[in-house]
Amino acid sequence: MRAVAARDDGEIDASARLGARLDASFRFWCLWPCIGILGALTLYPLLQLVPMAVSTIVFVSGESVWSFTPRRNFQLLIEDRVLQAAILNTLVFVVVSVAIEMVLGFFAALFIACLPRARPFARTVMILPILIPAVAIGSMWKLIYNYDFGLLNQIVQLAGFGAVNWLGDKHLALLAVVVVDVWHWTPFVFLILFAAIESLPRDVLEAARIDGASAWQTIHRVILPLLAPALAVAALFRAIGAFKAFDQVYLLTAGGPGTATELVSLHLNRVFFEQNQLGYGAMLALTVIALTVVTILSGRRALARS
Amino acid sequence: MAPLAGRSVLIGYGFLAAAILFILGPTLWILLNSIKFQIAIFTGAWIFEPTLQNYIDVLFGRRVDLISNIRNSLVVAVLSTLCVLAVGTLGAYAVHRSYASKLVARVLLAWLLLFQMIPPLSLVGPWYLVFQELGLYDTLTALVLTHIAINLPLTMWIMLTFFREIPRELHEAATIDGCREFQAFRMIMLPMAMPGLVSAGILAFVFSWNEFSIALNLTARGSATVPVAIAGFAQQYEIQHAQMAAASMISMLPALLLMVFGQRYVVRGLTIGAIK
Repeated sequence: MRAVAARDDGEIDASARLGARLDASFRFWCLWPCIGILGALTLYPLLQLVPMAVSTIVFVSGESVWSFTPRRNFQLLIEDRVLQAAILNTLVFVVVSVAIEMVLGFFAALFIACLPRARPFARTVMILPILIPAVAIGSMWKLIYNYDFGLLNQIVQLAGFGAVNWLGDKHLALLAVVVVDVWHWTPFVFLILFAAIESLPRDVLEAARIDGASAWQTIHRVILPLLAPALAVAALFRAIGAFKAFDQVYLLTAGGPGTATELVSLHLNRVFFEQNQLGYGAMLALTVIALTVVTILSGRRALARS
Repeated sequence: MAPLAGRSVLIGYGFLAAAILFILGPTLWILLNSIKFQIAIFTGAWIFEPTLQNYIDVLFGRRVDLISNIRNSLVVAVLSTLCVLAVGTLGAYAVHRSYASKLVARVLLAWLLLFQMIPPLSLVGPWYLVFQELGLYDTLTALVLTHIAINLPLTMWIMLTFFREIPRELHEAATIDGCREFQAFRMIMLPMAMPGLVSAGILAFVFSWNEFSIALNLTARGSATVPVAIAGFAQQYEIQHAQMAAASMISMLPALLLMVFGQRYVVRGLTIGAIK
């Protein structure tokens, strides 16, 4: 009897130990692949930017040859006129397109939430621009903006005006690019705000109605304050997205005419891969990342204060 | 929201119609152009003889090989989605169940946020250098790896949100009933978070299929994806408008399918984190 009991204890002990080992290895395999991938594919390249930024890198028969040229790279950075234009354009692009997207998205969400039976259809249509490839959006609008046969110029000429060079005019090009971003991303703002409006507390809206608030007062005094968190999130997401914009603009104008639509990402692409300056490109990339971090931190501080 | 009544309903529907026209109009316009001969595009004709020639040209023509671009895109999108789902789900679960110390978890999440905010092109330079040295330049492997990296933050964010919505008691009950940590994950937590997995998977697939700035610079002829091929039409000395339109329509197919069949999951995935 005692021998049997002892063996059972031993078996239970062994299986408990095996179980504990399995648990430990499960914990390990949950955490480390993720950290490994992030380390190898994001942290390592980010750190790699530092030695790259102080070097000139050329390829000699498939091998990279590095030479140490920190002053040259820094000189290039300071004298980079295109970078200054790119930062300015990116700022304008982000502010204007996010502002338009927020206003349009908000009113679209508000209207559609009030309409009977509009909901499923509107939502289906609205997710289309978010899901299709940005490159397809670029080629779509390239056809629309085309000087000779684009849809827009056909309409303009039908209305009796002369054809407009939408993408070739340096005063219009950035606006044209903003319109494409508005087309692409207003639906995203709509989706977020629509979901937020749907979850607004009904009794508060009801109370506003009973107290005799006008539609405008209800929006201004009740809905907007309640939506503030969702509005902030939508604006933040869109600001980040617009800051990274590349695909459509690359197809539509490639930064032109001149530097009229040159954005930060386009400039990075140009320096890295069209001018083949991996060293100076890394210097640029670090500058962009530093600017991003500073903007985020100061934004957070400003938010915390308010 | 209180439904509108009377005349404001009409205004509301008018607004809705305008919004839908604004969104569908450009899409229909490119569809129209994709079934025109290039000459009909140039004359801006509204009445024309429809043709499928552009589709035949881009798919089976001698000068372009969109079929192999589609194959590349599919391989990259499917593989990177499967990998990012595995890695991201487990990673999110590790954060949720505090497998790592608080500090590690916080650094991890902060890093994901930061990585999400910097333009991917700032990392394509070092990626290019590394993949050149490893002999992975112009391979699908390089694209799969980088697409895992760019989709990891969103995947982890979605899965973490879904894990957090599962009542704590369920896991406790499973443990009391003798479930091991792994069993509780496989039999309770993962099935409960399945809608999140579908949302994350759909979005990761679409974003990988659509991805352009990395594919443009890490691929040459051998592994170019569909977006890279489309950009190629736009950049030839004489822009191939008709073929560009046809290829763009083909590239939209996954989106159109998901718009109809996966709408609920797409919306859920996209709005996560915004409304809480």
